[in-house]
Amino acid sequence: MRVGIFICHCGRNIASVVDVHWLKNEAAKLKNVVFCEDYIYLCSEPGQKFICEKIKELNLTHIIVAACTPSLHGETFSRTLESAGLNRYLLEIANIREQCSWVHQNTPEIATKKALKLIKAALAKLTYAKPLTPLKVPMIRKALVIGGGIAGIQAALDIANGGFEVYLVEKEPSLGGHMAQLSETFPTLDCSSCILTPKMVEVAHHKNIHLFTYAEVKNIEGTVGNFEVTIVKKPRYVREDKCTGCNDCVDVCPVIVPNEFDQGLGARKAIYIPFPQAVPLIYTIDLENCLNSKKLIVCENCFKACGPKAIDFLMEEEEVKIKVGAIIVATGYDLIPLEALPEYGGGRYQDVITSLDLERLLSPSGPTGGVIRRPSDGKIPKSIVFIQCAGSRDPEHGRPYCSKICCMYTAKHALLYKHAVPEGKVYIFYIDIRAAGKRYEEFVQGIVEEERVLYLRGKVSKVFRRNEKLVVLGVDTLTGRTVEIETDMVVVAPAIISNNGGKALAQILKTPVDEFGFFTEIHPKLRPVESPTIGIYLAGAAQSPKDISESVTQASAAASKVLALFSQKRIALEPIKAEVDVELCKGCGICVKTCPFGAIKIIKKKKKKYAQVSKAVCQGCGSCMGACKFRAINVAHFTLKQLFSQVDALLEG
Amino acid sequence: MKLAYFPGCTLKTTAKKLETSALAVAETLGLKIEELPNWNCCGTVYSLASDDLIKQLAPIRNLARAQSFEYKTIVTLCSMCYNTLAQSNILVKNNGEKLRKINEFMSEEEDYRGEVEVKHFLTLFKEFGFENIKKIVKKPLSKLKVACYYGCLLLRPKRIGIDDCEQPHILEELVLSLGAEPVNFPYQVECCGSYHTAVKPEIVAMRAYRILENARENGADLVVTSCPLCYFNLKDRQRDVKRLYAGFKEMPVLYFTEIMADALGIT
Repeated sequence: MRVGIFICHCGRNIASVVDVHWLKNEAAKLKNVVFCEDYIYLCSEPGQKFICEKIKELNLTHIIVAACTPSLHGETFSRTLESAGLNRYLLEIANIREQCSWVHQNTPEIATKKALKLIKAALAKLTYAKPLTPLKVPMIRKALVIGGGIAGIQAALDIANGGFEVYLVEKEPSLGGHMAQLSETFPTLDCSSCILTPKMVEVAHHKNIHLFTYAEVKNIEGTVGNFEVTIVKKPRYVREDKCTGCNDCVDVCPVIVPNEFDQGLGARKAIYIPFPQAVPLIYTIDLENCLNSKKLIVCENCFKACGPKAIDFLMEEEEVKIKVGAIIVATGYDLIPLEALPEYGGGRYQDVITSLDLERLLSPSGPTGGVIRRPSDGKIPKSIVFIQCAGSRDPEHGRPYCSKICCMYTAKHALLYKHAVPEGKVYIFYIDIRAAGKRYEEFVQGIVEEERVLYLRGKVSKVFRRNEKLVVLGVDTLTGRTVEIETDMVVVAPAIISNNGGKALAQILKTPVDEFGFFTEIHPKLRPVESPTIGIYLAGAAQSPKDISESVTQASAAASKVLALFSQKRIALEPIKAEVDVELCKGCGICVKTCPFGAIKIIKKKKKKYAQVSKAVCQGCGSCMGACKFRAINVAHFTLKQLFSQVDALLEG
Repeated sequence: MKLAYFPGCTLKTTAKKLETSALAVAETLGLKIEELPNWNCCGTVYSLASDDLIKQLAPIRNLARAQSFEYKTIVTLCSMCYNTLAQSNILVKNNGEKLRKINEFMSEEEDYRGEVEVKHFLTLFKEFGFENIKKIVKKPLSKLKVACYYGCLLLRPKRIGIDDCEQPHILEELVLSLGAEPVNFPYQVECCGSYHTAVKPEIVAMRAYRILENARENGADLVVTSCPLCYFNLKDRQRDVKRLYAGFKEMPVLYFTEIMADALGIT
């Protein structure tokens, strides 16, 4: 064993606290150490070259790099070892930055001593390290995309166009998500459904896409390359293979209920499609509101009217099992309900609506045919007060973050309203205008300057009703005065929150979400579309509030990650897996219960019971190793022997 | 269960009416309320300084006294006293280290353990049951239209609020049980001007005008409140309102316990 130790200065990050010179001299005295040197930036090209050359020159067999956290440059230095012909698992990183110089800035002497201890510990572990080879397992080159909004649609199309099969699962009866609800998009004022529906149709007709609408993901097992997914198809009570989308059933249905797609501002029947351009064009019976129940048929109108005999009240929930190699989460967002904004009269006054409600009022296919009418009396409002940041940037209510898209769509709403009602008055309460995006600032400025819209910098304290009008009390912080505005309608821009089902899905996927329920990425800057669970990728507002173009960008990025993964037929897995010593194992089964991934089972061979680990499923977490009473399980690269000697080295003198 | 009544300074001076009527109502309801012996100032405005524990001393000492007399609950009438006692109580409940320091400094016979509950009379009445109050009303206040004014101290911050801070309704429920009709009153939690009354009374007069006119717009015959400072600002400052706004007509302002006493037939 010929060990080489390389100590990084990390510029001044380490060297200004830790005495690297002393450290070098002390570390050089350790057992088996052939070479020890310090260097200003080991991660740099010359730094890596230096390591590489020394390995070859001195015939080094094991390497310790004392530098930053392995989660940052572990991969970098592993590759350096490989390029010098060494096995990458014969590297040990002593984290003397995050775990030493950064946290002990004010006590350099102690930090220096601790750095030496960390190197000693790394050496102790390295002494028992073994070269390992990555496992290669066959990969199922099919993808699952969860969520059929614009992000999911884009991701599915990109992967399908790359030549791989995609399963696209959407919980609503139609594809489209929130984008289908929008009237026009900023900053170009493209008609939202005009640019979206062709993509929806493309998805439906694509030979590589299997579309599941009105369906949800119930369970996921396995890991990257080999996921087993259970999808539940909710019963539509209309046979997909028979329905022609003719609309005859709707005409005869006697039940009228608010249409969720129109934010409850319009109506639909109990048998319905959410909107005319729905994909697939298959009707759904909403059994909660239908006069019939599963046991009792009292109305047969749709049944009789349906030519192709597609109505089937006996349909049951159906489970479908599929296998995929990668998963994209594109579950989108929700808005906080109006009721959560009582100070703005949310849920109390009909004419206090959300921006998404206004989108439906502006939409030509919406409940008012594109004419802005206020909900209480159907009159065209002569003035509108917009309230931005309604629930966002509000730590008091647990949402300190910016919802990102509201500045832009509020400006757009002001524009569309002024064009429809030129004499109408618009007041917009804002905290800051955030218009960072291509042509965004120009868009907002154009409206501020040319549309006679009054932007008031400040917050609203209260909205209440005075006769037919709503009274808005607020503050204009630029003049330092409180203002009271009588208006016909109030439009709030509610905070974007994570999708209702997001947290439950995160549990199924075993992937983390942040404190607000948004899916977490591995690295916010450098790996923004990958979830920490390998093989699961993120797209759209499921990760954080995003506008359409960002969602599409991220969806394509996630799809390209999947395509890169699928470029190989087999997948290389880290060989850091649990191994059972059959001679020591008693087959007690504690490890089976401990394993969070269901990777272990007890088998019986030649009258002996023992645990067997599925290498493809094992994630190397080490739970079983800790739980085993007989020390019969070791995780490769983190064996009990390695960990104990590491701890001993840390506790020594 | 015995309840310790913490009066505070105002209840013994300018707000004597609030105390007299509240105690009479409590007696009629059969609530066992005893004045806390040897109470001191509540501490007035709750101190937001996190590093100045001396300002928590007054409220905590009162709570410690309540504990030493074996009261589990301390009830207050003045919104300010309620607010200060309740906030300080939460501060030490959640922070053992701060409680330890205060206990050491106070050197009371026994350490405060952070277990006394601070309650406002309105909560007490709610627990008694507005339905039960309705049953013993002798002279229902029918046809009386009442604007219920809360001010801020009973409702904010949220963690000590006795009701929803944006749309409270506890007073409305009480008024309903007395047979009167609570009116829609958007200004029910608008600021009364608070201590501006001492240095800039015209600000308070402007606030009072808007609040009272809003009550009148909505058809109120009178305004009820629970806070002595709000009461002073809304009632006594009406003289200044008249000076600023010609044609302003006086609006009666009463403590909620006064109309309760009326309805329950207490003379």
